[in-house]
Amino acid sequence: MDLANFLIQLLNSVQYGLLLFLLAAGLTLIFGIMGVVNLAHGSFYMLGAYLAYALTGSMGNLFVAIPVGAVLSLVIGWLLEKILFKHFYHRDHLDQVLLTFGLIYIFEELRSMLWGDDVHNVAIPASLDWSIKLTDTLSYPAYRLFLLGVCLLLAVGLWLLISRTKIGMKIRAGAFNSDMAQALGVNIVRLHALVFALGVALASLAGMLIAPLSSIYPNMGSQVLIMCFVVVVIGGIGSVRGALTAALLVGLVDIFGKVLVPQFASMLVYVLMALVLLYKPEGLFKQ
Amino acid sequence: MTTRRQVLTQSAAILGAVSGGLILPANAQNAKIRVGLMLPYTGTFTQLGVACDNGFRMALEEKGNKLGGREIEYFKVDDESEPAKGVENANKLVQRDKVDVIIGTVHSGVQMGIHKVARETGVLSIIPNAGMHAATRALCAPNVFRTSFTNSQPTRALGKAMMDKGHKKAVWITWKYAAGDEAGEGFKEGYLAAGGTIVKELGLPFPNVEFQALLTEIASIKPDAVACFFSGGGASKFIRDYAAAGLAGKIPLYGSGFLTEGLLDDELAPSAQGIVTTLHYSTSLASKRNDAFRLAYAKMFKMQPDVYAVQGYDAGQLLLQGAAAVNGDLSNKKALYAAMENAVIDSPRGKWTMSKAHNPVQDIYLRVVKGKENVVLGVAAKALEDSGAGCKLG
Repeated sequence: MDLANFLIQLLNSVQYGLLLFLLAAGLTLIFGIMGVVNLAHGSFYMLGAYLAYALTGSMGNLFVAIPVGAVLSLVIGWLLEKILFKHFYHRDHLDQVLLTFGLIYIFEELRSMLWGDDVHNVAIPASLDWSIKLTDTLSYPAYRLFLLGVCLLLAVGLWLLISRTKIGMKIRAGAFNSDMAQALGVNIVRLHALVFALGVALASLAGMLIAPLSSIYPNMGSQVLIMCFVVVVIGGIGSVRGALTAALLVGLVDIFGKVLVPQFASMLVYVLMALVLLYKPEGLFKQ
Repeated sequence: MTTRRQVLTQSAAILGAVSGGLILPANAQNAKIRVGLMLPYTGTFTQLGVACDNGFRMALEEKGNKLGGREIEYFKVDDESEPAKGVENANKLVQRDKVDVIIGTVHSGVQMGIHKVARETGVLSIIPNAGMHAATRALCAPNVFRTSFTNSQPTRALGKAMMDKGHKKAVWITWKYAAGDEAGEGFKEGYLAAGGTIVKELGLPFPNVEFQALLTEIASIKPDAVACFFSGGGASKFIRDYAAAGLAGKIPLYGSGFLTEGLLDDELAPSAQGIVTTLHYSTSLASKRNDAFRLAYAKMFKMQPDVYAVQGYDAGQLLLQGAAAVNGDLSNKKALYAAMENAVIDSPRGKWTMSKAHNPVQDIYLRVVKGKENVVLGVAAKALEDSGAGCKLG
């Protein structure tokens, strides 16, 4: 592998890592602040992909579909928190797991009723359907660069939100010690709804952004969910910084593993997780 | 009190009932033959299932909808391409509907379910698509026949064609699952035997379509050619990504025919020009038999046939020949199986025969994408037979 190809694979890894981060950020926040193990998080990713499919179909443009879908996902997240999840914050983890496991099936059934069981594709928008020539044999699709850019923007935005704003301070306080934050006058009820809606929207955004690059199929959330949990476990539960580091690490290991040792590729990520757990049982960035 | 007369009449009644029972098989001779169709009528493989169904019915309709002189009754089960329900659905046909034969199916995982039931109950099973090796290799059975292919059959013919073009170093890429691995096995055997070298084998989990990292790797290796196995939506995605990555036209792409079969629409065709594939059929195959078949199919179903329709059609032809040899008495298994084993099927893909392991011995065609067609370049391998390794039949 020469330098040019190494750099391109690095680009691929960062792009995959950032996408994973969008998914894992919501999961780790929801767990860190509300203490809810959300197995249905992968379903929100699927929701995003199918929203991109349906909205692009009815509006004719992915760039319109994505903001509309993001707002819809925020609303769905908010409602789910208000109607269902808030009653489970103080319940046993087993209850939460049962609830969210059940939700996976409900979302799959709804998906089947709304959009059927077929595999769908979303076309890459014509304005981004071209490639940049990198080496004499390889070009890089423009949509991937767009995806990379959007993911970077979102990651930076999330970092600013959490580290530089008042809401972010409350979120950090909530993640550190929810009871204490409440005692000090943080409106924890509203904070919970906000964080949950944000988590759902981020996962759904990831699904919408990847839709033109991936095919959209039933149960597509389950594969991703496992990766998300790996990222959260490696990064340390509740830590957004940890999720970012872990996501990039998983991206690197997965992509370079696929290329360098294809026969072991599918287990390398789990070996990484096992190693981290062995030496840092609480993850890389313990709260 | 029991008189002698009562005893006599009762015995006569019992005897009558018994002899009545004895003539039941003769009654069954006149009853309809129960044909079970277990195919995907919903889900990802719907089109494939419908094509098999259409082809099968068309073959029977051409012969007056009779098998060895007997009327037919159809029983349909939608297998949804759901492996978890395979055994249950096959059992439904055998136990509840008491079918004489199961025609099915498309998905290899579901086929394993049908295969298990076929081996346990001895029901006649004809496979119109699923190509998993086990059915006609280690787990072959006298009552199981296939009219399609084994997963390694089309790719086995690739090697020689690639070497003829001077492509000595190749990368192999596929989904890491049973069908992909079996196709890989066929490619490896054919290519190595022809003198080629596989410089790298790449894979990704089924049905993942995140090809980017692997395409980057291919560009960095710069092999003489790339050979692959993908099908359906994943195949068109691979072709488009291959072109978007700037590899099309620079590193020739080869594949099992399922890469392009039935997928060349206006959107995909520009990215697919020049892709060379091997398959046991092509709609553009120039023969009187194929022309007649395509015309009749288009008339009957108002759509164009594909390879799956041909496989279903041949399943119908095979059953017709078997049933004719035993005059519709499908319970005469020995004669029935012998007739099916020795059948010569006059297929739209060309004449083919059954191997000892009950898989087609057939020509594999070399095709190239031109416009929206898989244009046939010639025969890549004549009368190619699957090894049937581990099968003890015949």
